[in-house]
Amino acid sequence: MIESFKLKNVEFKNRILVASGTFGYGDEVPDLVDVSKLGGIVTKSLSMKSRDGNPQPRITETPSGMLNSIGLANIGVHKFISDKISVLKKYHATVIANIAASSIEEYCAVLELLEPLPEVHGFEINVSCPNVKEGGLSFGTDVTLVGQITNELRRRTKKPLIIKLTPNVTHISEFARACEAEGADAVSVINTLIGMSVNIKTRKPKIATTTGGLSGPAIKPIALAKVYETRNAVKIPVIGIGGINCWEDAVEFFIVGASMVQVGTANFINPSIGVSIAEGVVQYCKNAGVDDVGNIVGTLQTNKSISIVDSWL
Amino acid sequence: MMKQEIVTVHSFECLTNEILELTFISDYIASTGKPGNFINIRVDNNFPLLRRPFSIFNIEGNKISIVFNVIGTGTRVLAKKRKGDSIDILGPCGNDFLRFANGDYDTAVLVGGGIGVAPLPFLTKHFPPGKKILTFLGARHKELIVTKGLLNPKIATDDGSEGFHGTVLDLLKDDFSKNEYGKTQFFICGPTRMMKAVADFANRRGSDCYASLETDMACGIGLCQGCNIEINGGAKKYALVCKEGTIFETRTVKL
Repeated sequence: MIESFKLKNVEFKNRILVASGTFGYGDEVPDLVDVSKLGGIVTKSLSMKSRDGNPQPRITETPSGMLNSIGLANIGVHKFISDKISVLKKYHATVIANIAASSIEEYCAVLELLEPLPEVHGFEINVSCPNVKEGGLSFGTDVTLVGQITNELRRRTKKPLIIKLTPNVTHISEFARACEAEGADAVSVINTLIGMSVNIKTRKPKIATTTGGLSGPAIKPIALAKVYETRNAVKIPVIGIGGINCWEDAVEFFIVGASMVQVGTANFINPSIGVSIAEGVVQYCKNAGVDDVGNIVGTLQTNKSISIVDSWL
Repeated sequence: MMKQEIVTVHSFECLTNEILELTFISDYIASTGKPGNFINIRVDNNFPLLRRPFSIFNIEGNKISIVFNVIGTGTRVLAKKRKGDSIDILGPCGNDFLRFANGDYDTAVLVGGGIGVAPLPFLTKHFPPGKKILTFLGARHKELIVTKGLLNPKIATDDGSEGFHGTVLDLLKDDFSKNEYGKTQFFICGPTRMMKAVADFANRRGSDCYASLETDMACGIGLCQGCNIEINGGAKKYALVCKEGTIFETRTVKL
């Protein structure tokens, strides 16, 4: 069974990654999960300087999901390099550094610091955080800026460059096209959706920043539709994210066209879920008689009518 | 070191008309769990989605117990578990009270507010010898008072249905005006407003006050960064309740 996936010059052991902001810097839970069995780790967003993040409360549970407003709390790129890199090397993990910034210059500066490190295998650019005032969504919802950021970063890295897109736009595929045109190697689809929850006793928002990012199983149907839309618009690989909770969910994303997937919120409930999903996907492929997980990518059957029996299977 | 495991419910007991004690079997938690640690429980497969944190109420042999009252989705689902059912647990999580128990003081003052009594019996059982233990409980009414495993607790209820009629702070003030306890150190758990009031009382006396805090948590193990609490001074602005706590000296955090 071929599980691996090659993106530019990097070979991922399998197609299951853990999403940024849901797995720390990869060194938080060594007792609970063998990270070498994951396709890769996408780090917590890194900015040039450390960030405290948003005030409490930062999270609240919603039906089949959660709202968060962490606000990109992170240790900063310098501390990541001095404290975390050596640990990640020890765990034999494939590491994608996620970068968040409030200016194009900051994105470039953070990437340039990480580019020479062999332990950082690629980059995912967060242009879509809904929870910070500067940068974040104001970049991600402007197609020209997303193109510009991609262009500037492309010129500075030979490693895989992935742009993480927001669903909080009318047509996510336009953004994916801009990334592709400027040389991105892949796009991650989707970041969280802007959401809100209110305490009716106090009439106050349940999280301090009023709105936050919605994640979890609640957003899976939206994420699938966005991956499908994006896949039909670009030739570069699409990395599917949004509410993946079990291997069946991952298979759904592969079928609609995701080349890899990221598991996010589910890590909070079961930190080793990524490894279980990778195993489940292999078993599914064996049962389906395919010898490469890639053979199920983009195999959605749309040319046949759907019978009532199908929907009950 | 934390571990995720599937465990079996051993028993279910009503401690009062509103408080339930659930006991499950885990050799691992039995050998590693300390007073003040919490267990993060996945009460059902997907509804509610996130785990719920519960303090260790007691450990007897390989039997671990937690207490709760039904206040929301998680506890409603948990209350339906029966002997023999399995639950998915992750623990022991957080720091513990014992690391703060060997101080220069004569009397340990344990204060529990409502279901915040949860970590106190197990703490009582494992207190270092030589310290006098004094316990105060406060709750809205008597059905929320749990005395199991505590040493002669003094009780206050908001409605006067049991013990002192008033808040636990009023009871503390009253009691401390009548008795001399020497040098004290406080160990508390309860609603934030109660903890703030008790912490002020303790800190004003010059006593250290160790409070087990609770915030909404998504993971309980430091991954989500959702459970922050603002800290006083220091290089950073926030600490994570799940990982750096749940127990903090109250002067170090903004309650």
